[in-house]
Amino acid sequence: MSTGQLKIRHRLSAVLLPLTTLIVFLTIWYLYAKFNYDNPVQRRNALPYPHEIITDGFMPINDKVNGLRPILGYMWPTVKVTLLGLSIAIALGVLIAVLMNLSRGIERSLFPYAVLLQTVPILAITPLLTELFGEELGVRLVVTVLVAIFPVITNMLFGLQSTDRSLHDLFTLNHASRWTRLIKLEFPSALPSLMTGIRIASGSAVIGSVVADFFFAKGEKGIGYYIRTRQQQAIQRPEMFAGTITASLFGILMFILIGWATSRAIRNWHDSNLAHTQSSFKIRSSLKGKK
Amino acid sequence: MTALSLSNISMTFPDGTQAIDDVDLTIERGEFVTIVGPSGCGKSTLLRIVSGLEAQTSGTCEVDRTSLGYVFQDSVLLPWRNVQRNVELNAELQGIGKEQRRDLAQQAINLVNLDNHKSKYPHQLSGGMKMRCSLARSLVSRPQVFLFDEPFGALDEMTREHLNDELLSIFQLEKFAGLFITHSIQEAVFLSTRVLVMSAQPGRIVSEHHIQFPLPRLPEIRYSPEFAEICGRISNDLKTAHS
Repeated sequence: MSTGQLKIRHRLSAVLLPLTTLIVFLTIWYLYAKFNYDNPVQRRNALPYPHEIITDGFMPINDKVNGLRPILGYMWPTVKVTLLGLSIAIALGVLIAVLMNLSRGIERSLFPYAVLLQTVPILAITPLLTELFGEELGVRLVVTVLVAIFPVITNMLFGLQSTDRSLHDLFTLNHASRWTRLIKLEFPSALPSLMTGIRIASGSAVIGSVVADFFFAKGEKGIGYYIRTRQQQAIQRPEMFAGTITASLFGILMFILIGWATSRAIRNWHDSNLAHTQSSFKIRSSLKGKK
Repeated sequence: MTALSLSNISMTFPDGTQAIDDVDLTIERGEFVTIVGPSGCGKSTLLRIVSGLEAQTSGTCEVDRTSLGYVFQDSVLLPWRNVQRNVELNAELQGIGKEQRRDLAQQAINLVNLDNHKSKYPHQLSGGMKMRCSLARSLVSRPQVFLFDEPFGALDEMTREHLNDELLSIFQLEKFAGLFITHSIQEAVFLSTRVLVMSAQPGRIVSEHHIQFPLPRLPEIRYSPEFAEICGRISNDLKTAHS
């Protein structure tokens, strides 16, 4: 088989296989809905038909009260909180990691609390957060930062600390200052792991900003509020799903955008990026050829 | 003119292993000295002491560290910089202005024949080209003392011989004081004006061989009987030192 043919097969299977999974999943959903949704007694707990999420959830496209417009209207505050919260988490996380990298002492005194941030169940401290930060934008940002900052800190710190020893020697031989070393050596070295951290954090940030709507009632309400209020009545269930799907699409979009930004930032040099463009395909096709 | 002078250098690591025992060594400008010895005999440690990356336990080391070139075992390039910008790095860290370091880098790039590849990134280069880039980076500051820590050890025989030829012509041009580490006897004899044999655990200099071939040296001298004879003697010394 020629390389061209292999490539086409490779691309085709990358689309066809996940599509098959989706079809199987939707079939099961339809069957479940068929047995329950058509039965008026069980309607309360049932799933709507998948197509109803479009016809009753997303449609009409342009109406003030129902459909896509209010969903997008509620989505906007969520987008704002997510992006702002993620930005704060990145700035703060990088700063903390840089400080930890500066001295073992700082690392030892801060790291346990960074871990604590990650392990404390956020829902368990929402009453405390309300007391401290109120129920508006401030507290939503705090929750978003709290859930997003840990992967930024750990990945950045790991990146800084895995800087090549010989490169450090080279900088030492040239009498580089601590600052020069940080800017010209450690930062670029850490960039790939920082981007991985940001990628993980972006997913958490979306979750954080949506969950915040469930617990904090004041201020500009986001998609979480929309989802929560459309859960109560079965008739509104398609709208709930439409809201959930929109929030998920936003999460996916963030993930893709950051992935794209990553490969742009490190396109020229990092192994993980080069693997995509050159070797991984070759490796796979050579493995196939051996059969 | 004496460029490097070591006297009674000893080095004991914190865990108690004695890496270097009482090494005396003086290198004049225009001399190329190579140390051969088994792996783990403290050759690299000696270079790290000379460069100031590590401090000796006792003894004195006199060298002008402001004019020092150091070529590592690996090419040690910044993967996010292309050849040109990698070659500029040392000059940049030493605070040399943009225009000037670009010119200096260009000269060094020409010297190691990398002009056609100067906008490539390290991952696009072969092992030999990476090493050339690393060499050029050190050449930029025209060091008076040049330290080489087994720089060509990972290269194939052909590339290594080729780079040896090139290094030797650069040496003739620049007339620095060279201190080269290797465990290839042929490489040592071909490059050097003097070869020192080092024993392992603790690292001691056990014998010294002056290499009389005049410069410039043609690649063919590697196959002459005189060359083989010197290699034989050094090989013998190494065996005695090892047993």
